[in-house]
Amino acid sequence: MTSGSPSLTVSRLAYAYPDGTQALYGVDLTIERGERVALLGPNGAGKTTLVMHLNGILTAGHGTVEVAGLPVRADTLREIRRRVGLVFQDPDDQLFMPTVREDVAFGPANLGLRGAELDRRVRDALERVGMLDAIDRPPHHLSFGQRRRVAVATVLAMEPEILVLDEPSSNLDPASRRELAEILRSLDVTVLMVTHDLPYALELCERSLVMSEGVIAADGPTRELLADARLLAAHRLELPYGFAVPAQPG
Amino acid sequence: MHVPDGFFDVPVSVGAGVFAAAGVAVCLRGAKRELDDRTAPMAGLVAAFIFAAQMLNFPVAAGTSGHLLGGALAAILVGPYTAVLCVAVVLLVQGFFFADGGLTALGVNITLMAIVTSVVGWAVFRLITRGAPRGRATLVAASFVAALVSVPSAALVFTALFWLGGTAPIELGSVAAAMGGVHLLIGLGEGFITALTVSSVLAVRPDLVYGARGMTRTLTLRTADGDVEVGPAAPEAPPARIGLRPVLVGGALVAVLLAGVVSFYASSAPDGLEKVAADKGLSAQEKPHTAENGPLAGYSVKGVDDQRLSNGLAGVAGVALTVAAGGGVFYVVRRRRRGTDAMTPASAR
Amino acid sequence: MSAGHHHPIYRPADTPVHRLPPQCKLAAVVAFAVFVVATPRERFWAFAVDALLLAAVAAAARVPAGTIVRRMAIEVPFVLFALAIPLIGTGERVQVLGLSLSAPGLWAAWNILAKATLGVVASILLAATTEPRMMLLGAERLRLPRLLVQIATFMLRYLDVILDQMRRMRIARESRGFVARDLRQAPVLAKSAGALFIRAYERGERVHLAMLSRGYMGEMPTIRDISATGRDWAMAGMLPCLAAVTALLAWSTT
Repeated sequence: MTSGSPSLTVSRLAYAYPDGTQALYGVDLTIERGERVALLGPNGAGKTTLVMHLNGILTAGHGTVEVAGLPVRADTLREIRRRVGLVFQDPDDQLFMPTVREDVAFGPANLGLRGAELDRRVRDALERVGMLDAIDRPPHHLSFGQRRRVAVATVLAMEPEILVLDEPSSNLDPASRRELAEILRSLDVTVLMVTHDLPYALELCERSLVMSEGVIAADGPTRELLADARLLAAHRLELPYGFAVPAQPG
Repeated sequence: MHVPDGFFDVPVSVGAGVFAAAGVAVCLRGAKRELDDRTAPMAGLVAAFIFAAQMLNFPVAAGTSGHLLGGALAAILVGPYTAVLCVAVVLLVQGFFFADGGLTALGVNITLMAIVTSVVGWAVFRLITRGAPRGRATLVAASFVAALVSVPSAALVFTALFWLGGTAPIELGSVAAAMGGVHLLIGLGEGFITALTVSSVLAVRPDLVYGARGMTRTLTLRTADGDVEVGPAAPEAPPARIGLRPVLVGGALVAVLLAGVVSFYASSAPDGLEKVAADKGLSAQEKPHTAENGPLAGYSVKGVDDQRLSNGLAGVAGVALTVAAGGGVFYVVRRRRRGTDAMTPASAR
Repeated sequence: MSAGHHHPIYRPADTPVHRLPPQCKLAAVVAFAVFVVATPRERFWAFAVDALLLAAVAAAARVPAGTIVRRMAIEVPFVLFALAIPLIGTGERVQVLGLSLSAPGLWAAWNILAKATLGVVASILLAATTEPRMMLLGAERLRLPRLLVQIATFMLRYLDVILDQMRRMRIARESRGFVARDLRQAPVLAKSAGALFIRAYERGERVHLAMLSRGYMGEMPTIRDISATGRDWAMAGMLPCLAAVTALLAWSTT
């Protein structure tokens, strides 16, 4: 990895889906190594589409994406996908193998790991999300919160440069939500968290990007962005009823 | 309805098994060409959809309901190769996990319900849509006819297999009439449901319907100076065509299968006739049945039946010959058209 | 389709039958079905022997008779069909309870009923003693095309998810007073089927994306492997071998 390069650089990125809908209209952003950044925006702002470009699932119609200095191109895909760990919104999409063990092993096995080394990676990743006990269970027998944690483990097992989470707090009950926050805080990787859960962003991320109608509309400290009522209203973002941004970091 | 064990004798079961395996092998390659590394998850999810759709009961008339078989629907939605794979996997899972359909009848079931319905449905669909203007109405009408034809076609093949190695002494004429008649009705329901389902998918995600693809749009950049048009989005895969080769290979396999089984019977038939001639006593009733049912027999009663049924058989054979001749003409025409098409790189394989 | 219950067919237990490697069981059951179909139908005793063999397996696997009988309901449509054959069959007629029945038809009905029932029970025992996941691994070991096995794996993984969506759609329809009475309601159901297809297809795409993002390059890695010893094969082979001997004896006494 090129030392000194930011974890993620996106420039002038535009994209339209095969059905003709254009979702991205020129996205620019940079995330430094070790940062935890929230990507905020209402439904349909293009957040998920942007995420799909970060590891080359979607091919840029225009513009470039670089991960730790390595451009996302057809010939770099294998390395890019090791570096970018994507956690999907619906854990049922992510957990496609018949058992938790096989699912967490899928990524590292694709990197060529086998035997004891593979087993160590699987156990290690499950340990970090507190799901080691579920190693031999089928994913559909787990609760939603447990499935989301296993989904995080499937990506951690690949030891990524940057962890990208799509709506990590959606559909979680308050306890699962807090547990996931603790897990994310304990990890020592760059994190990009896509969400419209503003308190969660404030809790976990120093910096936020606001995405609206296919472009980055604002970029700054989460605290300042969330205190700007006009900005929030302009981009259909709302704090929950009764929630006020605390004056000092807790 | 899934054929259970014991309905067909061993030679036909094995023959149909070989044919089904060859057909599935062709489709594995075909689907891989179309879907590439997406084959496993996409076909798996579509197979799960078909399994679920078969459980959706459509009311037909007071008290009765029908459900989808899904071969033609799958072919129209995801293409013939993937469709055969999906239905075949559904049948395998039903056979091994749910004890639905005999394990020795898997070849027959896959041949009838996966291969015949999907391939016939797709061929009819293409035949209609290639000439007509490509509007939603055309696609829906073509779906109706394709699904309608696919079901009695499977029934016809069932009748042919029954002629070769059915274990029940029912007149072939009445089998053909009953199967054809009932399945024409079922086909109407299948056509109706298929057309409605295709129509509802076309309304929401036309890009998902196989063959109704191929649009490119330009992109807009929202910059400080206003909107700027840039190059087109990534080009889409052109709608794939069903190749001539797999159809010919499949046809040849059917021919070989039929020829093999028929000659098998023909060569052993004299023994059967001898046996009938020898056993004219009280045991005449039992012994021919013994023979009929075994793996290496089945000719004595058949021999008698064949004479008695020859008139009815002639009709079915006539139908089969007509279909073969019509198919031949169709392929020749297609071939010539492909010949002219070959000038353009897009249609070159 | 009780919610949350995936494969009610499988009955977890720890018996010699459960412990057999899946590939041995699969091959044994298929071979057994072939030999049963090849048995001449006049030899009633041969089918009794086959039934006893299955009963022995059921006892060894501790699968209760009630479970097997309940699951046999799957063959009811064909039982009805088989019962109709003597009525419409050709050949010599016999009088039974005032009905004129075809004698060959009676034989045919018996033939289908006996063989179909033995086949169904064998399949039920296989499914009851083999975890679905193991069944698929066994199929792969038996050299079924890997792609086909993978398709079946994905299908089984997502069957519940899709059936659950279907159930929710039905509840949504019914909670708004929808009742499917006749053909006029079919368009509504077809819309559900269409929506179900779109959801299944889109999930397929998302699953593929999830696979790609974890380094999938077109080959599924083999993570679990199961091997069978000669003893396993010998043990599983007893069922089809005894059925084969039965069929041979039945033939030789013709």
